[in-house]
Amino acid sequence: MSTRRVVVTGIGAFTPLGKSAPDFWNGLVSGKNGVRMVEHFDTTNFATKFAAQIEDYDESKYFDRKEARRLDKVAQFALIASGEAIEDSKLDLEKINKDHVAVLVGTGIGGMETFYNQSVSFHENGPRGVSPFFIPMLIPDIVSGQISIKYGFRGPNFCAVSACATGSHNIGLAYDAIRYGQADYAVAGGTEAPVTQIGISGFNSLKAMSTRNDSPETASRPFDKDRDGFVLGEGAGIFILEELESALDRGARIYGEIKGYGFSADAYHITAPDPEGNGVILAMTNALKAAGIKPEDVDHINMHGTSTPLGDVAESNTIKKVFGDHAKKINCNSTKSMHGHTLGAAGAIESIAALLAIYHGMVPPTINIENQDPECDLNYTANEAVVRDVNIALNNAFGFGGHNSTLVFQKYQD
Amino acid sequence: MSQDVESKVKAIIVDKLGVDESEVTADANFTNDLGADSLDTVELIMEFEKEFDLSIPDEDAENIATVGDAVTYLSGKLS
Repeated sequence: MSTRRVVVTGIGAFTPLGKSAPDFWNGLVSGKNGVRMVEHFDTTNFATKFAAQIEDYDESKYFDRKEARRLDKVAQFALIASGEAIEDSKLDLEKINKDHVAVLVGTGIGGMETFYNQSVSFHENGPRGVSPFFIPMLIPDIVSGQISIKYGFRGPNFCAVSACATGSHNIGLAYDAIRYGQADYAVAGGTEAPVTQIGISGFNSLKAMSTRNDSPETASRPFDKDRDGFVLGEGAGIFILEELESALDRGARIYGEIKGYGFSADAYHITAPDPEGNGVILAMTNALKAAGIKPEDVDHINMHGTSTPLGDVAESNTIKKVFGDHAKKINCNSTKSMHGHTLGAAGAIESIAALLAIYHGMVPPTINIENQDPECDLNYTANEAVVRDVNIALNNAFGFGGHNSTLVFQKYQD
Repeated sequence: MSQDVESKVKAIIVDKLGVDESEVTADANFTNDLGADSLDTVELIMEFEKEFDLSIPDEDAENIATVGDAVTYLSGKLS
């Protein structure tokens, strides 16, 4: 069956590097650092006292008080980024058929702060102490639901949940929804608000997070030999996907095209990457096959690159296996070095970075590479952005549970 | 007493429904006048219970539709 082409016509980014897509991009190419000390709770007894955070976030600037009280930050971030993306797309909401707008915006965790607060309230006040808003603020799918309610979009509406691959999986599913005619437009991406007491505690217990408290701005250092774990981040990344003919008919700005994806599983361990990387290799090779492109056509890979000792080596090795001699000609990067690991938003925020690299002809750097790990021997675009004509870019995202997703983006051409 | 109950009830409504204090008149209906949905009204009842340290049975809660209803009911319970 013939399928329809899918392009990106709107972008919204609410991130530690900037509160809009243009600010995010300027932050990326200038090597900005979004990591700072956590100040909204007492971190005295915490192993990690910092995170990549939205600067001076004030919900009252975006929502009235009643609205804000019903929305966990995980939904707030997504609504803000969706608003930007819709506006950026210049879609006329009065004219389009809203029955044909899908919303697939996921979170790896859901309303984590809500869960914590309501658990505390339960312990203090018993069953009657739990808010009627607890469940609707907690569930991951409420984000897509809230966006549909705000704009009246009645097309396919749900979300995939796959930990740190969530944003990527949702973009892949939204691409399918348009490709196969279930929708003509989609609001797609990911969001996360995990910088909470219980969130930091949990990742610290996993020994997954950097504890470089004396120098938080250098803590996220993918591919550097002194890396000691990831830096938690927060935010949301949203794409407006659109069927190509629709975008052309209305003269929309086209940032680029989605050419395919590869989804796979490690089938190995709940949190550790498979050192052989078989699942990741499968995701990348399936993505290339689906997109109908050869490995040597790839110019740029925005890697998962979390800055963990095991993960960065394993992923680098998979790229060498998939791309062979071409691997070192690719400008790889991990923008997590700047905006931290935003979990369920990562695959979306980093897909925006990859797509904008195509659109602007420039690859953002991986910052904080002071002594590159000899076991990570690819070109990671260390410390300085590189001007490069990027025709094809990949984004990798991997989640706890062993979920892998690779998306393929291409410069738009007729 | 009733004055005290009234001001506490109003403060809760202003906080939870995000409305202006001037709108919170005795005959203001939570749903029709103050924009509350079914979840908001459940939350209001729970807040009243917490504030006044009492339990409001569901059959009583169903009859509390306005600010005045709440003040009268709570004042009666507390006297």
